[in-house]
Amino acid sequence: MSTKMIHALYTDDDVLLSAVKQVRDKHYHIEEVFTPFPVHGLEKAMGIADTRLAINAFLYGIVGLCVATAMMNYIMIEDWPQDIGGKPSFSYLENMPAFVPIMFELTVFFAAHLMVITFYMRSRLWPFKKAENPDVRTTDDHFLMEIDTHGADEEEVTKFLYETGAVEIKLIDKEAH
Amino acid sequence: MYKVTSKLKTFAIALMVVGALFTAVGFWAVPSSQAEVQQMIDDDAAAHGGAHGMESNEHGLAEDAHKEAGHVAAPSSEEHATDDAHAGGHDDDHAMHMYHQLQNRPWSAVYIAAFFFFMIGLGSLAFLALQKVSQAGWSPVLFRVMEGISSYILPGGIIMFILLLLSGLHFNHIFVWMEEGVDVLGNENYDAIIAAKTGYLNVPFWLFRAGAFIVGWNLYLWNIRRFGLKQDEAKDGDISWYKKGFKHSAMFLVFFIVTESIMSWDWIMSFDPHWFSTLFGWYVFASMFVSGITTIALVTIFLKSKGYLEFVNDSHIHDLAKFMFGISIFWTYLWFSQFMLIWYANIPEEVTYFVTRIQDYNILFFGMVAINFLFPLLILMNSDFKRVNWFVVTAGLFIIIGHYLDIYVMVMPATVGESWFIGFPEIGSFLFFAGLFIFYIFRTISKTPLIPKGDPFLGESKHFHY
Repeated sequence: MSTKMIHALYTDDDVLLSAVKQVRDKHYHIEEVFTPFPVHGLEKAMGIADTRLAINAFLYGIVGLCVATAMMNYIMIEDWPQDIGGKPSFSYLENMPAFVPIMFELTVFFAAHLMVITFYMRSRLWPFKKAENPDVRTTDDHFLMEIDTHGADEEEVTKFLYETGAVEIKLIDKEAH
Repeated sequence: MYKVTSKLKTFAIALMVVGALFTAVGFWAVPSSQAEVQQMIDDDAAAHGGAHGMESNEHGLAEDAHKEAGHVAAPSSEEHATDDAHAGGHDDDHAMHMYHQLQNRPWSAVYIAAFFFFMIGLGSLAFLALQKVSQAGWSPVLFRVMEGISSYILPGGIIMFILLLLSGLHFNHIFVWMEEGVDVLGNENYDAIIAAKTGYLNVPFWLFRAGAFIVGWNLYLWNIRRFGLKQDEAKDGDISWYKKGFKHSAMFLVFFIVTESIMSWDWIMSFDPHWFSTLFGWYVFASMFVSGITTIALVTIFLKSKGYLEFVNDSHIHDLAKFMFGISIFWTYLWFSQFMLIWYANIPEEVTYFVTRIQDYNILFFGMVAINFLFPLLILMNSDFKRVNWFVVTAGLFIIIGHYLDIYVMVMPATVGESWFIGFPEIGSFLFFAGLFIFYIFRTISKTPLIPKGDPFLGESKHFHY
């Protein structure tokens, strides 16, 4: 196993995109790409699998709907079916229109909040997390591609990256990083 | 250029012929006299044993929504249901009532189908104007399809006007407020509530409004088509016709939202002249908008499958499917807002509208909501499914049928009450107008090139990718 990584910096998102494609063609392994803003089409170029966050949200929504239904059915119908203003609390279905606003809101509430929390967990984000920024410039106007050479000739990789339009290439020790 | 194939022509004409035949059967099957209806009721009672008394009770409920001479406030449904004497003493009334309902049925069926297809054209026109005004970058490759579908508002509008005229001339009795003597004090048909509304609900003014709206909408359609074709021939860089179209579209949208609202009161809500709802115009609009967009998607997929729309890709279909999905939910939101507010407050004069629908049209009324909400929601939620043609077509067919039923439960309870059925006149008139619609819109689409090559957003639209 190699202990070396290469950091290649770019100053333009179009150059970065074409570089990613070339690096993938060469079968070098891209460890990570840091960009200051979303680059359209980057995840496709890198071959990253689609997110399943939307599927999560759908399932959370169903949970929310179930919670709302179970809660109101228990409170309003089973536990204490009081006559409130003549509303028919004999069965859930009979009084359902009155419950729909809450069913809707809880569906949205569960779907939205649980999805956001899932996102934080999956992308490991929390308030006192140590930032993992390899180069401060990547938050402003530089794009950084991190390549694991896997024991390939570093000289050769460096030369290749230079040709893809990198403005700066750094050899990094994995441990130090 | 698209050319209408003889196969499609034959199909459309076959639909019209079959539809006309079925509709004719519907008109022919109407009982010719009150005695015949009485006979039918007696036969029915004999077959069902003691069921007659119950039927009469239901009938009493339906009558609430229907015009009843001299009723200032509609009696509560409970009063009627418990009034047992009513069942015994009003046999003649019952037969007459049912006779009128059966007479109304084929007329209402034709009216619903005519309005439904007209509203698809109008919804498509509103969508076209919206795309022009919002300077959408994705849709110009579909403008000619939208114009083709909108073009139906010319024949459809004429047919609607003729139907309204025939109603106004008392060829039928589907509008109870047109009844002779309804606003004459002391007349047996006198209805104080309707009489108080005759300043607005009188046949000449009503027909004038309808005519003015139909002319106004067609004027915009005619102009926007002309401007588009002129823009095609314009020199490079000259977009004056495009700008003109932009201004006309903006003005049309203002005109449309006002006239559409009034149209929905005139053509649909006035079937129940004792009832009113403030968001009704929006509700009808949502229905026509989603049907229009769905038809645009279906026609686009059809033309694409025949190889005519080379620049339309699955991203365009995806966008249309998103609109179908979103507006379906918007429609549901309005449906529910109207229903829930009235259900919750339960004010007798408002709630009869839903009482008749829930009691006499239960499956249709709630089934229609399920079709129009649950199916689009579940089928079109997934982003990948929205790019698969057969998914979009399936959802589209559900939406079209669902919104036909939507119009059906808006009109039928007021005209035929509990005597409804989906049989010859309903299916027949639907097929007839579907045939006419297909025939006319494809004929229009075949008249002009499918790509509006002068549109300044055409390049963007050709390379649209989502």
